[in-house]
Amino acid sequence: MAAGFERSGTVLTVHLPTELDHPVSDEIRRESDRIIGHEYIKNMIFDFSETVFMDSSGIGLLMGRYRALGMRGKCVQVMNVNSHIAKLLRLSGVGRYIDICKTQEAAEEQEGVYHGKHK
Amino acid sequence: MENTNEMTIIFDSRPTNEALARVAVASFCTQLNPTLEEVSDLKTAVSEAVTNCIIHGYEGEVHKIQVDCRLSGQELTVDVIDHGVGIADIQKAMEPMFTTKPDKDRSGMGFTFMEAFMDEVLVESEVGRGTTVHMKKIIRR
Repeated sequence: MAAGFERSGTVLTVHLPTELDHPVSDEIRRESDRIIGHEYIKNMIFDFSETVFMDSSGIGLLMGRYRALGMRGKCVQVMNVNSHIAKLLRLSGVGRYIDICKTQEAAEEQEGVYHGKHK
Repeated sequence: MENTNEMTIIFDSRPTNEALARVAVASFCTQLNPTLEEVSDLKTAVSEAVTNCIIHGYEGEVHKIQVDCRLSGQELTVDVIDHGVGIADIQKAMEPMFTTKPDKDRSGMGFTFMEAFMDEVLVESEVGRGTTVHMKKIIRR
């Protein structure tokens, strides 16, 4: 399964595949850097709802995009992580830089890209 | 005599084989009835060791990687062997967040994850000769 990229305003959401390892991370890095190079992207959301496996390559992908987006608070968010992936995020300490949301709604609300559906 | 079982696989150091290696080791280990969490931990540790061989050991060149697995009772040992460049300073290489390839978005967390998820991790390496990562995990059942 390939990753899905979805742009909404200045937010780029990446729907990750079932396994996020070294070759998959390289591919997602290339495609997201290509999009960031063409479009004005301020924030990225990584959706782990289909992802069951990750290794340190995934941590490198998240931290690399955090740097690429200027290392601003909450510029990279992750959502729908399972317990294994939550453990990797916790162990690597990336939680200091990367915001971990439970749901798409929480992530979007923080980004203010809710298209006037509320408030 | 306790239950023992052994497996050796040898494959090219291509990134696509990282998935092959971790799935093969996880399948081999299923006879010990591991929990899902133990399987995930094991797969991540194997993936880290094999990725290291590909990116660092052979620096992207295609050579052979060998993975030896052995079961004895509830204990699984996994040796991941390359004949690549070797590691000059093993202690430094094993530090969390240390990487020689930050430009390639490597996190420097490989050995940290191996140590977190396995019960024992030993690294033998000789510059110019290669590296063996020896890991042990007890499946607690």
